[in-house]
Amino acid sequence: MKAYLVLSNGAIFEGESLGSSAEIAGEVVFNTGMTGYQEILTDPSYAGQIVNFTYPMIGNYGINEDDFESDRLQPAGVIVHEACETPSNWRSNKSFAQLLEERGMTGIQGIDTRAVTRLIRGGGATMGLVTTDLDGAIERLSKTKTYDETDFVGRVSTRTPYVWGHYGREKLGEWDEGDYRGRIIALDCGLKYNILRRFAALGVKTMVVPATTPAEEILEWNPDAVLLSPGPGDPARLGNVVQTVRDLLDVKPLFGICLGNQLLCHALGGHTFKLKFGHRGSNHPVKDLLDGTVTITSQNHGYAVDPDSLAGTEAEITQVNLNDGTVEGIRAKNLRASSIQYHPEAAPGPWDSRKYFVQFVEEMVR
Amino acid sequence: MKKILVIGSGPIVIGQAAEFDYAGTQACKSLREEGYSVVLINSNPATIMTDEETADAVYIEPLTVEFCERVIARERPDGLLPTLGGQTGLNLATQLAQQGILQKYNVTLLGTPLSAIQKAEDRQEFRALMREIKEPVPESWIVENEDQLAEILDLVPFPCIIRPAYTLGGTGGGIANTREELWETGRKGLKLSMRSQLMIERSLLGWKEVEYEVMRDKKGNCITICNMENFDPMGVHTGDSIVVAPSQTLSDIEYHMLRTASLKIIRALGIEGGCNVQLAVNPDSFDYYVIEVNPRVSRSSALASKATGYPIARVSAKIAVGKTLDEIENPVTGTTMACFEPALDYCIVKLPRWPFDKFASGDRTLFTQMKATGEVMAIDRTFEAALMKAIRGLEVKQKDLRHAKFQAQADEELGESIRIPTDERMWAIAEGLRRGWTVDAVRKLCRVDRWFLVKMQNILAIEKQLQSGEQVAEQALKVGYSPSQILELSGGRVVAQDHLVYKMVDTCASEFESQTPYYYATQGTEDEATQSLGTPLQATPVFSVT
Repeated sequence: MKAYLVLSNGAIFEGESLGSSAEIAGEVVFNTGMTGYQEILTDPSYAGQIVNFTYPMIGNYGINEDDFESDRLQPAGVIVHEACETPSNWRSNKSFAQLLEERGMTGIQGIDTRAVTRLIRGGGATMGLVTTDLDGAIERLSKTKTYDETDFVGRVSTRTPYVWGHYGREKLGEWDEGDYRGRIIALDCGLKYNILRRFAALGVKTMVVPATTPAEEILEWNPDAVLLSPGPGDPARLGNVVQTVRDLLDVKPLFGICLGNQLLCHALGGHTFKLKFGHRGSNHPVKDLLDGTVTITSQNHGYAVDPDSLAGTEAEITQVNLNDGTVEGIRAKNLRASSIQYHPEAAPGPWDSRKYFVQFVEEMVR
Repeated sequence: MKKILVIGSGPIVIGQAAEFDYAGTQACKSLREEGYSVVLINSNPATIMTDEETADAVYIEPLTVEFCERVIARERPDGLLPTLGGQTGLNLATQLAQQGILQKYNVTLLGTPLSAIQKAEDRQEFRALMREIKEPVPESWIVENEDQLAEILDLVPFPCIIRPAYTLGGTGGGIANTREELWETGRKGLKLSMRSQLMIERSLLGWKEVEYEVMRDKKGNCITICNMENFDPMGVHTGDSIVVAPSQTLSDIEYHMLRTASLKIIRALGIEGGCNVQLAVNPDSFDYYVIEVNPRVSRSSALASKATGYPIARVSAKIAVGKTLDEIENPVTGTTMACFEPALDYCIVKLPRWPFDKFASGDRTLFTQMKATGEVMAIDRTFEAALMKAIRGLEVKQKDLRHAKFQAQADEELGESIRIPTDERMWAIAEGLRRGWTVDAVRKLCRVDRWFLVKMQNILAIEKQLQSGEQVAEQALKVGYSPSQILELSGGRVVAQDHLVYKMVDTCASEFESQTPYYYATQGTEDEATQSLGTPLQATPVFSVT
């Protein structure tokens, strides 16, 4: 079936419907990774967005049982140049299109995704509509609530707490059981499973709690530290979560990833701003200002910490992006809080920054 | 440090694709950009490297210790850069160091230390290092004389692979299926190896062959430029294999598992510059083996450079004189640094070019010794289109997947043509698929991954439709047929109007604007070459024996 991608600047791309043909709207963003579509499809930080894959052949190695980063398909929709119908990999049990059909996600293929990327690069992230009905599409798009006005954390955060240990997901009652180096609570604003897997691999048990959980409740579980998770949307909208972070500062060691970096920034009195088109891909170089090394990182964020806003706060900048100089990590040493803007858990992307999990756990158990 | 001596590649021989001229030329330019005076010694006048404007002084002299010493005595360079002239340059630099000549004239060896090169190239030292860092290597035996060879004849599992150390393009290597073959090939290999050293190892025939091009600077920053997946599975030299970039059948976890291994290896070796890591990957599990490391700029680096836009030799040269990756600009974007990993938004297909048309009586069978003398690289948005473009660029009789020789073969004979790797096997595989043999049946014979076979089926489906006059012009253009091919295949019944546009190779999948990209043609609507004066690149011209 013919389908169209309509952008808020009036650009229209014609392609073929992929997966569900239901009309969807969202913020169109691009990801430059050459692998990792399954992880991207299930990353909660893509909620509300239409992901445009720059790699032109998506689905080559199929979909498997293991590489899901959450239980749901998270983006509003996907744009691909060509979806591979006959994947090849020993773990694959279905094709990209089959997964979209099964889970009812809207996609479009046959699109010049490079042209879409160039439009976003020039004009910034923009709202878009994927539809099979071009009549009045631009009007419908203009009436859609924009990405920045929407609270996505509430949609993707877990409803009930759960625990993750050596053998994966466990019941809440098992929080105190087993032999672990430490126990942390993850404030779930859009957590990826690989964060839990990384902690488990280091002998740490994690309890995942809803983003709305107040500090007192978290402290009742007596964790060794609190993790501020990644997640979608504008951090400036998350006043209540920022308050929770503020309440926990100096009480428990804090470690933030992605949105967690921005939440820590707000809690320390700083501000964030929206990047023109964000960083999404597996090849972003980040310089650690503390030791001078550069690490290739996996990134997925549309907002960034405003470095000037940190002046006079407890926060110091620890890492910067080598390409555009944006803040990639901060810490408040005296308050035992640190965070990074990219994804040390990878999935998808390079494993080079796993060392930050190790560092954090070492500091926590010290 | 003011003056640097660069050793060139010498004569271009079978087993090379002129890559060392490319690398050396880039390096000379790069060093001069940094303000160094460059002295070049190379015996081959038919190279770009020996053009007057490449270096400050060019010596066209034999690449021997004797002549090299004379140049050193006369020019008194402060440094010597040996890692860009291929094996010839490396061997010469090693001899100059061992004979005390570098010390005598106070010449510093730049780039990767010789000890690291030794560790990477000496089979025994390399395997010891891999064991130390817990990277898997296939079980193997090292022999240094005929007595040792005789001792292991009964221990080795067949088929096994014979690899002589310190030879170019794996000269003298091969596969042995029996004791007798091992004895014969082994004895020959011992004679050809510069150090009289052979490695005999378990055969990984049928495993996927994957390569990573990686770089490291003196501070330990490591990056991957590109990975590549061989169409031909293990058993065919990667120089004789059809190669795609990036890998197509590795999931994100597999891609990064192998990337992590490659970076671990380059760190453990202490490479400063570019390096190529070859891995064998089990198609049915997470198992892999490290096969080999080229601790220098190689044929694969030249391919990876052109495939990604990332100038590996140029950056390697800057690393050799002490710069770090975060201090070197990415010259393609002009705004970002060389410390990043290229993102491709297209598919690369490399086809080797063999000299069998010139050596009609040559043995066309391919194994671990490289026989190709050149290659073509094609870029397009899909594998199908890139493959078709590459075939047309190859300057052979075949312009698509049809080959009269195989069309004439009976099934049994065709089966053998698919099973035994030769320069023409791709066409035999296509003929098998054309006869309706299933992907699994063909795969059983050639061990080529299903993904590639299905893509070939996609092209063959169009071929069939065109031959029966179906109006599939658009689909045919999409899989890479040209309008004239479409007209010919359909007997004039299908007329196609192509809409070729040019897209950029910009290292970053268009995330950043680019200053000096290059272009490839594809069917599409948005043309990026309209505003700038770029050179459209169809397929790189063939380099072949004339």
